[in-house]
Amino acid sequence: MKETVISIRELTKRFGRFTAVDRISFDVYKGEIFGFLGANGAGKTTAMRMLCGLSFPTSGNGTVAGFDVMREGEMIKRHIGYMSQRFSLYDDLTVMENIRLFAGIYKLTPYRTRRRAVELLSRLNFLNERHTLVGALPLGWKQKLAFSIATLHRPEIVFLDEPTGGVDPITRRQFWELIYEEANRGTTVFVTTHYMDEAEYCARVSIMVDGEVRALDTPAALKRQFAANSMDEVFRTIARGAKRAE
Amino acid sequence: MNTNIAHFIRKESLHILRDKRTLLIVLLQPAVMLLLFGFAISTEVNDVRVAAVAPHRTEGVTEAIDRVAHNPNFTFYGYIRQNEIDDVLRRGDVTAVVVFADDYDRAMIQAAQGQTVTPPIQIVVDASNTNIAGTASAYLQNILLGTASAQSLFETRLLYNPQMKSAYNFVPGIMGIIFILVCAMMTSVSIVREKEVGTMEVLLVSPVRPTKIILAKMIPYFAISCVTLAIILLISRFVLDIPMSGGIGGIVFVSLVYLALALALGLLISTFARTQIAAWMVSAVVMLMPMIMLSGMLFPIENLPLVLQPLTCAVPARWYISVMRKMMIEGLPLDAVLLELSVLCFMLLAVLGLAFKKFNDKLE
Repeated sequence: MKETVISIRELTKRFGRFTAVDRISFDVYKGEIFGFLGANGAGKTTAMRMLCGLSFPTSGNGTVAGFDVMREGEMIKRHIGYMSQRFSLYDDLTVMENIRLFAGIYKLTPYRTRRRAVELLSRLNFLNERHTLVGALPLGWKQKLAFSIATLHRPEIVFLDEPTGGVDPITRRQFWELIYEEANRGTTVFVTTHYMDEAEYCARVSIMVDGEVRALDTPAALKRQFAANSMDEVFRTIARGAKRAE
Repeated sequence: MNTNIAHFIRKESLHILRDKRTLLIVLLQPAVMLLLFGFAISTEVNDVRVAAVAPHRTEGVTEAIDRVAHNPNFTFYGYIRQNEIDDVLRRGDVTAVVVFADDYDRAMIQAAQGQTVTPPIQIVVDASNTNIAGTASAYLQNILLGTASAQSLFETRLLYNPQMKSAYNFVPGIMGIIFILVCAMMTSVSIVREKEVGTMEVLLVSPVRPTKIILAKMIPYFAISCVTLAIILLISRFVLDIPMSGGIGGIVFVSLVYLALALALGLLISTFARTQIAAWMVSAVVMLMPMIMLSGMLFPIENLPLVLQPLTCAVPARWYISVMRKMMIEGLPLDAVLLELSVLCFMLLAVLGLAFKKFNDKLE
């Protein structure tokens, strides 16, 4: 039996009369790369915010990293990492200053901070750039750095919200290698993306349409089920009936 | 608990120190504004040229003209004829013309004996600059009256600012404005910048409490504002020679309350502004304009339309400027401004409470 790190049942979020997320239920396992797909406006971001402890569900229940999404948002925040679709480091601070800031936020001891910093910088080949302002780094580097900093405190789950927007395929490929490395270490990766080739890299994929999860399985099983050659086709078949658009 | 707030304060300080241009503006702007208003943009009336029309240059007339000519604020242009008045004024040769009546001397004596006479002097002023016209004519009247024996009727003494230096009047006003600019504008823009760039989201997902994020933002800006305050007070004291006899401790204390209030206003702005431009606009236009108009900085509150007068009570700068006038210029001690101080404290608590509430609501 695989260990579950995210388990939600009938999770719903309403804003007034608008139901942004409509009774979604799924489990995510430890060390899994879980793709969370959906067109714009499908409710992905709202769902993810609930999982991150940023917003309370209207109804339903569930746990993230063993903590209740209804009551223990603050505890959840301590056990997850987060990297946003927009850039999430400070451009006017150096690489090392960013690392220290986030180490401070997650209360790493000075010793552990130093050790993790060296480890992270050498893995990225960034040792010589540690006193460079982040704003001066190329976008691909920044994103790798942002990912590494999001996992600095060794969270159980790391949430990536469209992490590879705007970079070239080679850099994206390198980025995914980092994700695999992290997953092999036992970190669960929960990722949203618009790139269907990236969906193929995920262990399992869920597709949201109009606030509901319409499909959830491995990429191979989904392709079989929808008699499709690629995830792109699967996505289009499922999303075709979408009533909501941005 | 306090380790990560220290990290945040360091981060905010780095943001401020790295942005050299803004820092320079924040530190130099008060000095420049003070010196500009204190010296350059002066409402004092200097070197006003005055001509005289006198059918008979009697003893009384020459004595009066001598007084005017010897006054450092006026330059005597010369005697002209009645029909030249319009010309010299239009050409801008003079700003004012003093016209003496035929029977000036006799009228002055009669007036001194308490008889009613037709006014023996007429002052014609070029009012294209109302400010100069007003001050010059009032000043001329004073000087001319001084020549007559009627001087015993009034005795005017100008207290607190006997030389009528305009810098005195402007310094409290500038302080009221500068702190709003530095504190409110800079904090709101810096918080909104994080919302815009996306880093705020990351901070909110982290286990740091929002209150701490905000507090850590306010502390470095508060520190910078204290430096600004010190600069302003030093310039006021040693360059502009403002007495500040109300006690430096009290002046600093009230200023710190006002600084905190300005920071809280910036925080409040940042809760509803979505972009840096919006935050900037709100601080500059929505807040600064009424502050300049309604704070009594430029226009005395008593001169405002009656409808607007109650509105001025809602403008924090009004209270602060009033305190600074009293303490820096009139030399009143702290307990003479308790009303203003309590209004400022009340505003501080109200704005701070509202801002924190709105900030926390936004998270949901």
